[in-house]
Amino acid sequence: MAIVFRQETFRDDFTYRNSPGNIRRFPFPFDRDEYMYSVNMEPHVRGQAGTVYESLIDVDEHYVAEMQDRALVLKEDPLRYQALPHMMAAQWDTLELLMEEQAAGYPEHFTLIRNGDRWRWINRPLGIDDTFTFGDRSTLPYDPFEYITRQAQGDFCIVDQRDGNLWMDAGMVTTQADWSLDFDIGMNFMEWHGPVPLAHQIGVFDRALKFLLKLQLGKPTRRFNWTMTINPRLDTSPENYHKWGPDRTTVTPDNVGEKVHLRVELQSLWRLPRSNAILFVIRCYLISMNELVTVPKWARRLHRVLKTLPPELVDYKGLTRYRDNTIAWLSKHDDGAPTSPGIFPD
Amino acid sequence: MLVEGIKSRPVYGGFAIDPFARRHIFALEGEGALALLDQKPALTATMLNRSEVLYVAAGPKGLDHDLALAALKPDRFWQGPTIETLLFRLRGSLSAATMSTRLYISGREGFIGQCMQVATDMGMDFSSIPTEHRGSLARRVQCVHCKGITDDVRTSPFKCSHCGLNLLVRDHYSRRLGAFQGVNVDAEEPGTAPQAEELFA
Repeated sequence: MAIVFRQETFRDDFTYRNSPGNIRRFPFPFDRDEYMYSVNMEPHVRGQAGTVYESLIDVDEHYVAEMQDRALVLKEDPLRYQALPHMMAAQWDTLELLMEEQAAGYPEHFTLIRNGDRWRWINRPLGIDDTFTFGDRSTLPYDPFEYITRQAQGDFCIVDQRDGNLWMDAGMVTTQADWSLDFDIGMNFMEWHGPVPLAHQIGVFDRALKFLLKLQLGKPTRRFNWTMTINPRLDTSPENYHKWGPDRTTVTPDNVGEKVHLRVELQSLWRLPRSNAILFVIRCYLISMNELVTVPKWARRLHRVLKTLPPELVDYKGLTRYRDNTIAWLSKHDDGAPTSPGIFPD
Repeated sequence: MLVEGIKSRPVYGGFAIDPFARRHIFALEGEGALALLDQKPALTATMLNRSEVLYVAAGPKGLDHDLALAALKPDRFWQGPTIETLLFRLRGSLSAATMSTRLYISGREGFIGQCMQVATDMGMDFSSIPTEHRGSLARRVQCVHCKGITDDVRTSPFKCSHCGLNLLVRDHYSRRLGAFQGVNVDAEEPGTAPQAEELFA
């Protein structure tokens, strides 16, 4: 069934909303009533219809609006897209992967026709119909990586593998939770995770790196990460922190429901065939507290997770100013009943 | 409070003269001269005949390190007035360098970072370049908002020398930029920046 794409904004008047059907398929990240960092990776395989696992590259009702927001960010700050010169093979790998997955998952919206190296790409929601030569940069209006990630939801990093490490050598990053591609590009796995508290000490990054270095072609893997954002703003970059930071002071006991959003990243990692690099997809989903509490299990659980969150994580995730108001608001939706295991609604 | 153990900060492992190098290039700033002078037993006539020493004093205090370096009588000794002129000279030396050339860098962190940028731009692998931190702990900081770099930052927070925002110096270092990250400290409530503390004296 064709998706009905919403007209909405992630800035200024913030008209972003989830339809009731989209709330039910929201990737709620907590499978129990508390949270701590772990190497929470699992195979990225297709799941049930009506979940975000229905296709491996998920397209939803926010697709068109998100692509418009990305274009606005890039217009203001072109450095949100960068690729080091040795990443061209990985760029073409990524273009191929995203075109194939989107066309396979949503044939009514996307079509890829290959005739040797001559490819025709039709993207109906964005009104694009381009024919180009695979491997020839001059036949596309942008770098292949920029071209396709202007047409795919989520942030994208390509990490190169060498010297027993992973190197952040290309990225399209416009919907990030407070990290800077321009600052981190060229760093290795331990370096770009440098500022994360607690996780280094408990060995999470050592184990995750070891795991990822062995990632195999055709066997992508996934994990969740999460934070909270005031207003449904996609561009919470450090570059613009002085513009969105003041939002955090606007939360009152009465407006938690519409202001406070759970921000979930569904991260998937894919080995690329020609370059042996890894594509790191960081797909961001936003849901307001009003929308979230329409699923009673999620309301109870988020209340408990926030109450027991370690102080270092409260600080690192920037929740300090509005956590208490949010817990108090959510407590009205938590009757203390036990919650069922797993992430899905009852 | 600043935390210890900055994962993204390079490790400055110290100098050890490479006995197999056919050419040694030393980029030294201020107290960094001592990193070379302290290698005394390894500074043989053969080794010094293969050495080029580039030096810039740090600040106005003349500690006569230039005289001590010149007294080593390396194949080439060059002293510049500023870091910028040294970087220009270093680029020239490296562009004429051949295989088996070893580069060594010592001085304040911002100086090491800038020399490292020149070297990696020319295709050298950062892990093949011995570095030694000498001198003050002052930091070179990039403002994440306007991207302007402020040198010799001794306090946190400090005022960005380009856009004027009050910046907290994050313990996060980019080798590509040769700088720490500065993030607006009172973004959420402008005007509430804490007192500057001298942390990098």
